[in-house]
Amino acid sequence: MRARTIAAGLAVAALTLPLAACGGGDSAGDARTIKIVYRNYSDFPQMDTFMKDVKKQFESANPGITAQLTPVSSLDSDYLAKVQLMQRSPSTAPDVLFEDSFNVNADAAAGYLLPIDDYLTKWSDWNSQFIPATKQAGKATDGKTYAVPMGTDTRGLWFNKDIFQKAGLPTDWQPKTWNDVLDAARKIKATQPGVQPMYLPLGKPAAEAMSMQTLEMLLYGTPTKDLYDEKAGKWVAPSKGFEDALGYVQTVMKENLAQTPAQAEDTQWAQTQMPLLMSQGKIGFMMDGGWYARYWNAGGVAPWPDWTKTLGTAKFPTQNGQAPGNVTLSGGWTLAVGASSGNPDASMKFIQTALNKENSAAIDVACSWLPVRDDVKADPRLAEKDPTVPFWSSLVSFTRYRPTLQEYPQVSNAMDVAGDSVVNGGDPAKAAAQFAQDVSKAVGADKVKTG
Amino acid sequence: MRRSPRVGVWLPPLAPSIFLLGLFVAGPILWCFYASFTNSALSGIAARRPKFVGLDNFTTAFTSPDVAASLWLTVVFVVLSAVVGQNSLGMLLAVFLQHRGKLLRGIVGTVVVAAWVLPEVVAAFAIYAFLNAQGTLNEVLGWFGLSQNWLYTAPMMAVVLANIWRGTAFSMLVYQAALSEVPSDLVEAAQVDGAGPVRRFWHVVLPVIRRTVVTNLMLITLQTLGVFGLIYVLTAGGPDNKTRTLPLLMYEQAFKFGQIGYGTAIALVLLVLGAVFSLVYIRSLKAEV
Repeated sequence: MRARTIAAGLAVAALTLPLAACGGGDSAGDARTIKIVYRNYSDFPQMDTFMKDVKKQFESANPGITAQLTPVSSLDSDYLAKVQLMQRSPSTAPDVLFEDSFNVNADAAAGYLLPIDDYLTKWSDWNSQFIPATKQAGKATDGKTYAVPMGTDTRGLWFNKDIFQKAGLPTDWQPKTWNDVLDAARKIKATQPGVQPMYLPLGKPAAEAMSMQTLEMLLYGTPTKDLYDEKAGKWVAPSKGFEDALGYVQTVMKENLAQTPAQAEDTQWAQTQMPLLMSQGKIGFMMDGGWYARYWNAGGVAPWPDWTKTLGTAKFPTQNGQAPGNVTLSGGWTLAVGASSGNPDASMKFIQTALNKENSAAIDVACSWLPVRDDVKADPRLAEKDPTVPFWSSLVSFTRYRPTLQEYPQVSNAMDVAGDSVVNGGDPAKAAAQFAQDVSKAVGADKVKTG
Repeated sequence: MRRSPRVGVWLPPLAPSIFLLGLFVAGPILWCFYASFTNSALSGIAARRPKFVGLDNFTTAFTSPDVAASLWLTVVFVVLSAVVGQNSLGMLLAVFLQHRGKLLRGIVGTVVVAAWVLPEVVAAFAIYAFLNAQGTLNEVLGWFGLSQNWLYTAPMMAVVLANIWRGTAFSMLVYQAALSEVPSDLVEAAQVDGAGPVRRFWHVVLPVIRRTVVTNLMLITLQTLGVFGLIYVLTAGGPDNKTRTLPLLMYEQAFKFGQIGYGTAIALVLLVLGAVFSLVYIRSLKAEV
């Protein structure tokens, strides 16, 4: 394998060196070509369609400049590392990149991204249409803005009303505590043996999805409330809340209320099988993001014309129903300019085209994201294609964000390690202790506190 | 003793390959060596300004239960899938196919080599389709009520099997070539003396091709040590890290957790492991029977 890799490397180098010598057309230093990097995979074809469309508009409005689309074919969990590797060298760095908001801080600190405040202050849409709260997604701790949000999202519960009816559960379900959620799953299990009672992102392949959709949704609903204490400027680890969150996962796994550990560890299951099982009425309810309509709408992984009739939505409750009663988290994707871009002006123009009123609405509709522009919010196409949009939008009023710090991606990984061990039968207390150790190693022992 | 030729004679023809090897083999290894003493990261401040951290990465690696576990899994994976699996099966196939009809050789050869010429990821997906919960194997075993999720219940066995399936062709080709070089009068003489096929193989053929065996072992061991794609597609190192060999641990630390410095330290551990295996083989080559 190694010998072959080296041989392949030599061959590739031998073939591409002459190209580079000719001043190759696709490096980030070139002013007439801007390289656009985004994710394209079978579970997420929407972005490719969108970018092709924006490319056409951009190139006809800016003659002489080529927008070179460079889709990265990978699962969500691998996309980050691939793009960061591209960013490490100016010759492969993107001019414009599709970036998860949780990573903006780390990439800004690494010097991968260009501060774009000067461009934004001159962009009237930015000042008049972008919703102030959503602008935070692209703002780093140094006070500068590095990215423009494309859409945002919230998290909660999707449930199958048919299955709920058969289990004797209300079809306007709204659990008040964690136990209510677990009891619903138990009832489904008792009445419908062929149905997997619930789904929640679990296991190593879930990566950031397990940290955010599962563990943080749980943790933020415990009395511990936080992963990062803003006032003290410290990460909260170890904490009772995190151990309880892991305890919840343990209960779910022990009572076989969710996917099996084998399914959780399967690298493809959650992206392909799970949405299909949901559409076949084989999963009772799921705890995940509001964007799932894109999986069930035409063109998605598991087209399901009836989903709007069969599925209900509910808020996820706090642990014991304590105030504020419900929890949701928001994230979202952005477009950013690479720090070594040879033509930041054109790159920024590309972003402004991609996120003008018309295009911003198009991508939010296609991806079932919540709008970040006031003038898109009112677009009737949103609720037409996905009637649950008003529900998911309503959660924004009490939503919370992940700590926007450059250490977050590392802390998130430590959460995954802990969660994964519990999924496979590990002890929550032990996993929580290991998590605290890992966090302290990642952020420094002086930057953690017990909660 | 022969005098070695002057530098002016051997250097010019070798210069391009020395240059390329230096650039693409020694270069990365040296960079790896340097990076393993820093806290270099994929993102964050340490990506821009990595700091020198001395032996920290190595201290962490040698005290980490993760590295110890991965080291053990790597040895198990290499011994079972390469040394035992690919090597023995390759030899068996080569011996079995010797002196057989062209048609049989052609068919068996094609089937075995097909797994080898497939790109790694394609091969991995093929075996995934065979082994996963709804896979071919379970369809068949299901008739006997024996189906189970092999990738979950026996992950190490699954990746070992996958690597044997994929890599046996190499050993088979090497041994086919070696066997055809064994002088037939030697074998015939042993036959006349009354030695059965097993004794002929053990006492006549094997000593003749001993060097090929050692070379083959060395090559497949080094290839197997670096196997990444196959395991990554099948199990991604899971479940519960039961198949996380050193290359997967290295990838996880460097590219998932962003700790390039620590990842390169693990890469060096892998390099040392490869060197240890190589030394053992080279030694056994030197020892005369």
